[in-house]
Amino acid sequence: MENLGQLGQYLGAGLACIGMAGAAMGVGNVAGNYLSGALRNPSAAASQTATLFIGMAFAEALGIFSFLVALLLLFAV
Amino acid sequence: MFSLLQQTAADAAHEAEAAVSAAAEAANAPGMPQLNTDYFGNLIFWLLVVLAVIYWVLSRIALPRIGGVLSDRQGAITGDLVAAEEFKHKAKEAEAAYDKALADARAEAQKIVAANKAEIQKDLDAAIAKADAEIAARAAESEKRISEIRASAAEDARSVAREVTAALVENFGGAADPGQVNDAVDQRLKGALQ
Amino acid sequence: MATEEAGGLAFHPMEQFEVAPLFGDGPVSWYTPTNATLWMALSALAIVGLLVVGTRGRAIVPNRVQSIAELLYGMVRKMVEDVTGKDGLKYFPYVMTLFCFILFANFLGLLPKSFSPTSQIAITGVLAALVFVGVTVLGFVKNGAHFLGLFWVSSAPLALRPVLAVIELISYFVRPVSHSIRLAGNIMAGHAVIKVFAAFAAVAALAPISILAIVAVYGLEVLVCLIQAYVFTILTCVYLKDALHPAH
Repeated sequence: MENLGQLGQYLGAGLACIGMAGAAMGVGNVAGNYLSGALRNPSAAASQTATLFIGMAFAEALGIFSFLVALLLLFAV
Repeated sequence: MFSLLQQTAADAAHEAEAAVSAAAEAANAPGMPQLNTDYFGNLIFWLLVVLAVIYWVLSRIALPRIGGVLSDRQGAITGDLVAAEEFKHKAKEAEAAYDKALADARAEAQKIVAANKAEIQKDLDAAIAKADAEIAARAAESEKRISEIRASAAEDARSVAREVTAALVENFGGAADPGQVNDAVDQRLKGALQ
Repeated sequence: MATEEAGGLAFHPMEQFEVAPLFGDGPVSWYTPTNATLWMALSALAIVGLLVVGTRGRAIVPNRVQSIAELLYGMVRKMVEDVTGKDGLKYFPYVMTLFCFILFANFLGLLPKSFSPTSQIAITGVLAALVFVGVTVLGFVKNGAHFLGLFWVSSAPLALRPVLAVIELISYFVRPVSHSIRLAGNIMAGHAVIKVFAAFAAVAALAPISILAIVAVYGLEVLVCLIQAYVFTILTCVYLKDALHPAH
């Protein structure tokens, strides 16, 4: 029974890490779109770095949540 | 501690054993230390203390000082820029003054040249006028002389003509009436001496 | 669990976040100086050293330390002014406090054998809760009931507005959660990853790879420390802007 529970923990933690892939795509999307926009209109790029970081932070936060879920499953359940 | 909770589902035989192993585990590696609420009070207390200290130092000392330095620098830069602008202005003024002096000198020179020219012209005019007057006087004199000569020449011609006429008349045997001879000669000479 | 010894490898990625009393081995009560206290105090000292001692010359032409202090000042001030507008500058000292504390706690936490206060959810949670409560109170004090307009999206069709209001309300209350977990999670993740790679260094064959990986992750962590401090601060500014100008 304990082993089954542990199996579930480890499987769940591993599955939760899939969420990081989503965050990676999100952050890459934000940065890539920022870059393509900045190359089209370099003069407007500097004014949007704050927005870039906010967008990246929001996208990244969800990856951090999945990481946290993995950690909780591993250590705190 | 959390694994203990999980273990409540386990059967009683396992329970004691599991509790022992969980306790041993907790002593070795207590899961996520961040979730250990025992330390929360301590962490929060010291965090608030540190934040208060930082806030006090920043708002009372550091930020006004840095702000002051930055505005001083801004002021110095602005002052320097103003001074530079002033120097530029001065240089421009000096250039303008130089240009003006140059123009003045040129105008003065022009004026002097014009004055000299006028003076020379005046002298010239006076000399020309004088010369003209002299020439006129001389011409008049010559004219007078010529007319005198002409008059005397005409008189001479007339007297010669009278004498010749009188002599001719006498030679042809007539008595020369001086009055008639004079009239005839004058008549003829009037046409010739015109 | 993850600590079981498999083939000589010992993974203790979470041990570094353990709070322990500085002196002796006694119980930790709320006033006991702990390693967290030590490293928070060190960050405070570093801030004082940089921003107060470093600028004591008040030089018109700054030296290196003073230029760094001025750089930080200018960066945070510009951030506050750009995001919240002129009337947000009143709260600039508080934002600067947050930024400096997080930045220095992050950076000092990168030292070997040190302790990262910002990896503790209790600490980032209090930081985020201070911002959340402060911003909410400020919003109601400044705008009164008009502050609730933040949740009433007047540009949406009328039928959708109640639905949007619920969503906006939920997202408003999730803010402190994501605000705090983002910081703690980032720092915790980086440190744990470094520790996992460090555990691989016990195997001689893997040691060079492990050391290279640690160097790479460490470099990334330096960047992450700065970016997370920046992100925490700029999100604080965004929330502050919402409180000062709640019009959607």
